[in-house]
Amino acid sequence: MKAHLTRRYRFSASHRLHSAEMSEEENRATYGKCNNPHGHGHNYALEVTVSGPVDQTTGMICNLVDLDGFIEREVLSRYHLANLNTLQEFAQLVPTTENLSVEIFEILQRGFSHAHLDKVRLEETMMNSFEYAGGNELQH
Amino acid sequence: MVYLTRKAEFSASHYYHNPDFTPEENQRIFGKCNNPHGHGHNYTLEVTVKGEVDPRSGFVVDLKQLKEVMHHEVLDAMDHRFLNKEVPEFFTRIPTTENLAIAVWQRLETKLQKARLHRVRVYETPDLFVDFYGE
Repeated sequence: MKAHLTRRYRFSASHRLHSAEMSEEENRATYGKCNNPHGHGHNYALEVTVSGPVDQTTGMICNLVDLDGFIEREVLSRYHLANLNTLQEFAQLVPTTENLSVEIFEILQRGFSHAHLDKVRLEETMMNSFEYAGGNELQH
Repeated sequence: MVYLTRKAEFSASHYYHNPDFTPEENQRIFGKCNNPHGHGHNYTLEVTVKGEVDPRSGFVVDLKQLKEVMHHEVLDAMDHRFLNKEVPEFFTRIPTTENLAIAVWQRLETKLQKARLHRVRVYETPDLFVDFYGE
């Protein structure tokens, strides 16, 4: 029996959307308010979905302690209350929520081995959210 | 094909314990959830069914019938119950959110008329939910 488990986390971070490949005018036209040089912040909500057969000795796809511990160590401790633009992965990459979703998916893909990673979903505000499934179409 | 989702809430208590494990293993694997006196949650259940729209009624499913089946098969059995002791599935299976989603699916699957079950989603808390598609 295969089930899909989704866990929701929260973090807050600041960023500025600015591309070195664009002129000042083009940056302003593309990113609008998000191009403000001093940056601005969001309360992000992250949903991680994993799947797998339910182990009938534990009743679980994977132990939540492992997932929570991994996310705390590898994602929240890195991004919570950080300025995303100061981080190595965003030195050359604009810290849009699209790119942040991909980064978080790849962190999980590289290091979390207790269950299959279906997707990450990242809410930047209550009005917009982004989903990434490793480049695959969403399954359901 | 149109998909329709009906929501319901129920409150129940449970604990996690496998009699084949030693007390130490139970404690290590299940942590606080291993407390034999149980603890509780307010669960939210979302049942999604799918089907073609009936040209006469404009319905995929009679919502009243879906609501009644959910109440009769799930809420009457689980709301304000100690899952381990009062719901037969959990006499032998551990009442995790995964197994709860599977149990709800199994209870509903054969009882629905016309519409087919697409997904059962069970929220244990607003920050944790499990989806089961009958796979």
